[in-house]
Amino acid sequence: MAPSSVKLQELIRLIRTAKTQAEERAIIQKECADIRSSFREEDPSFRCRNVAKLLYMHMLGYPAHFGQMECLKLIASPRFSDKRVGYLGAMLLLDERQDASLLITNSIKNDMNHNSQYVQGLALCTLGCMGSSEMCRDLATEVERLLKTSNSYIKKKAALSAVHVVRKVPELIELYIPAAESLLGGKNHGVLHSAVVLITEMCVRNPEATCKFKKVVPELVQIMKNLIMSGYSPEHNVGGISDPFLQVQMLCLMRILGQNDDEVSEAMNDILAQVATNTDTSKNAGNAILYETVLTIMDIRSESGLRVLAVNILGRFLLNSDKNIRYIAMTSLLKMVQTDHNAVQRHRGTIVDCLKDTDASVKRRALDLTFALINGHNIRSMIKELLQFLDHCPAELRSDCASGIFLAAEKYAPSKRWHIDTILRVLTTAGSYVRDETVPNLIQLITNTSELYAYTVHKLYQAVLADISQQPLVQVAAWCIGEYGEFLLSGTCEEEKTVKVTEDDMLDVLEMILQSHMSSPATRGYALTSLMKLSTRISDNVDRIRKIVSIYGSCIDVELQQRAIEYNTLFKKYDHMRVAVLERMPVIEKNSQVCSDKSTKVLNDENKPFSLSKPNQTEVKIQNAANQQTVDLLDLIGISDPSSTPVVQNNQEKMVGGELLDLLGGINFGAIPSITAYNKNGLTVEFFFEKVGNNELSIQLKAKNATAKDMKEFILQAAVPKNIQIHLQAPSGSVLPALCSGCVSQTILISNPNKVSLKMRLRLSYSIEGSTVQDICEVNNFPPQTWQ
Amino acid sequence: MIKAILVFNNHGKPRLIRFYQYFPEDMQQQIIRETFHLVSKRDDNVCNFLEGGSLIGGSDYKLIYRHYATLYFVFCVDSSESELGILDLIQVFVETLDKCFENVCELDLIFHMDKVHYILQEVVMGGMVLETNMNEIVGQVENQSRLEKSEGGLSGAPARAVSAVKNMNLPEIPRNINIGDINIKVPNLSPFV
Repeated sequence: MAPSSVKLQELIRLIRTAKTQAEERAIIQKECADIRSSFREEDPSFRCRNVAKLLYMHMLGYPAHFGQMECLKLIASPRFSDKRVGYLGAMLLLDERQDASLLITNSIKNDMNHNSQYVQGLALCTLGCMGSSEMCRDLATEVERLLKTSNSYIKKKAALSAVHVVRKVPELIELYIPAAESLLGGKNHGVLHSAVVLITEMCVRNPEATCKFKKVVPELVQIMKNLIMSGYSPEHNVGGISDPFLQVQMLCLMRILGQNDDEVSEAMNDILAQVATNTDTSKNAGNAILYETVLTIMDIRSESGLRVLAVNILGRFLLNSDKNIRYIAMTSLLKMVQTDHNAVQRHRGTIVDCLKDTDASVKRRALDLTFALINGHNIRSMIKELLQFLDHCPAELRSDCASGIFLAAEKYAPSKRWHIDTILRVLTTAGSYVRDETVPNLIQLITNTSELYAYTVHKLYQAVLADISQQPLVQVAAWCIGEYGEFLLSGTCEEEKTVKVTEDDMLDVLEMILQSHMSSPATRGYALTSLMKLSTRISDNVDRIRKIVSIYGSCIDVELQQRAIEYNTLFKKYDHMRVAVLERMPVIEKNSQVCSDKSTKVLNDENKPFSLSKPNQTEVKIQNAANQQTVDLLDLIGISDPSSTPVVQNNQEKMVGGELLDLLGGINFGAIPSITAYNKNGLTVEFFFEKVGNNELSIQLKAKNATAKDMKEFILQAAVPKNIQIHLQAPSGSVLPALCSGCVSQTILISNPNKVSLKMRLRLSYSIEGSTVQDICEVNNFPPQTWQ
Repeated sequence: MIKAILVFNNHGKPRLIRFYQYFPEDMQQQIIRETFHLVSKRDDNVCNFLEGGSLIGGSDYKLIYRHYATLYFVFCVDSSESELGILDLIQVFVETLDKCFENVCELDLIFHMDKVHYILQEVVMGGMVLETNMNEIVGQVENQSRLEKSEGGLSGAPARAVSAVKNMNLPEIPRNINIGDINIKVPNLSPFV
């Protein structure tokens, strides 16, 4: 026989003497070996103690699966102490995934009919914890039978087992409905509590059950009344309130039963009002009940007076000194902010104050709630508070706060200048925490605000001088310096004190960014491209730029090296195109996150060094940073290796400065004759065609005004037959000057994969001499090459 | 529903672990470590609610904890439970332990881990709250301990000895022994038979 086994306490004492993890492991391994040999001996006398020891070792994290079968043997033993340990072992070590769990089904069944209530209780407990769906199906009727016994100890355990059964096998809900209802008639609070839990579970799983249980609402109301009126009862007293657990559970059930049901909600109004006003709030238990009452009032069809009461209770919670109360008040306000927005707005001041709370959980909740409460009216003050918060908020909340501010600013920005200011502030404060897509978004925002170029670039320049560690800020700043460097040089800026920035200063900054160890490769790319752009915008230091660029031709980073070499080539072989390639970027359209052939809208930008009569179409790739752009342009002209650019571009490039069109292969410009689409009352519209690829056609329309007076507000709309897709780009303007002294041009892109014969209906409207003229015409004279 | 109940000390050593949802063993230990990490960082004057760690289900679950001297009692619950109610439940559980062990301390939990499990079984079953009346719980636990003791096993040896003596069939002892002039009164031994 194995040496007499160690008692559980002895083993625990032994393990605690171990000074190191290795020692502990050694002790446990030795003990496990002893236990294993004892199991093999099939000696029943020490089995229960051995399994208890095994469970202890399992808690410490050591493997205990070899004890599973022993648990089964223990459960089958007639002794209570054996069964106790056996069932505990089953609950801790077994779960429905193991086959061994099925073997205890029979034992559980027998034990449910045992004459000792404690054995019955053990069996029910085990079923309720780890019963699989097969086991539940087998034993469902047994559980139902036990629900009807008179023993309240068994009843309440049976009720919770039934909850588990219903979770695993929802079809059995029907089986338990009558028994559950009758449980509510008892006096024992434990039974009542379990019964309410069971009914709640059934209603949650099955809406039909909800209908059936609506009739118990009067009973529930009565029980609640008794609880509140009963006065002091030492049995169930917690914090001066009689059985708050039961009260809370019943309120939860009432919430489910009263949802979307006016009649039921009506029946509950009184009791809810009573609970809300009479509950003592000095202790946690009272507040728990009040909170649950508020949730119930908000969820059912309660009358408006009651709802106001509920929101006021929450408002009081917000001012409570107990942090827990403040936390849950904010959780529920967050849920309510969608439905009762105005009510929550009233407490905005308190909520914003909670941002300054010392507790991190409360701060997080306050942050979520603040964002939910921002609207067009309070945006300025709220963002001010949020920016202050961002200054010293904990690190884990920074990125959420930053993205929240961006979203709110985008939706409700009162002015562009404010918007840019806010974003700059966020970038300088929490720059390293913002998400990646903020950089292109911000760039897009900046390009859209042409009137603030000078202001923006000055601010960015100052920010970068102060701190170049925050990558998003540096990237945006580098891009802007490259694009709008001339504003820095001219030193114009309204409020900021006019700082004279020389070309050397700008180049210094960009070089610093390039060389800093804090800059990421992407940032370096931005800086390099900006340097190149500056080479066209400044006059004196082009050599310096050339030198820097050539140095990077041997950079280890492949991306930078490629760029540097391409730029070098631009300097050397294609210098005459450098200006054209690096000119000002067109305004980026909002929402055009992915580059596509037809998605670019172009505005005529008066600041461009070369004025245009034709709109300029340029590929805009926002996703991979705007600076990739120049690389792609170069590719089209055929300079760099075509395999290096990821996207095949299919659209046409028209370069300013003229007739570089012949460089673009595959475009037959003069092949299709142009037509006059409309000619009436002095207004002529001409169509010039270009085929792009096989099924796409680009129509360049020119509108001219031959009358003696200007035509203003000129708008052209076009419609095509069904199988053709049309895309109208923005016109170059809306004023047709008189006597053909200028024209308005617009591009129309047609996609005609089915090669249907092309027809178009045009609707023109303009105002001349104060009166509006509208006209509709059909264009049928498209040359066949346009659609064949 | 309560997903898990964890009790560990200030150094993260587990004292009571109960999961009401299946997790493989190594996951269980990882969850214990992660929960300890989250909870031990908290000051004593912040609120008792935390978002659940990523291992245990993330922000769908909340950790509601209370710190008593050297022990953390952590209940991981889902959104259907009332947070303040769970706080009260932890209090009830600890007070029950106090009644059962008489001024409970960490050593009690260490050396009587099985008893603590049995007490917990009377409070929470299958992740749902079973009984909150302290006297009721304590009463039931004591009944069961008595049942266990009466059954035997090595702890029941004294009781078995007594019952064995009771069942012995001793022959009838004469009350009076008369030997001539000597009258010896035999004392009454019936209570021992």
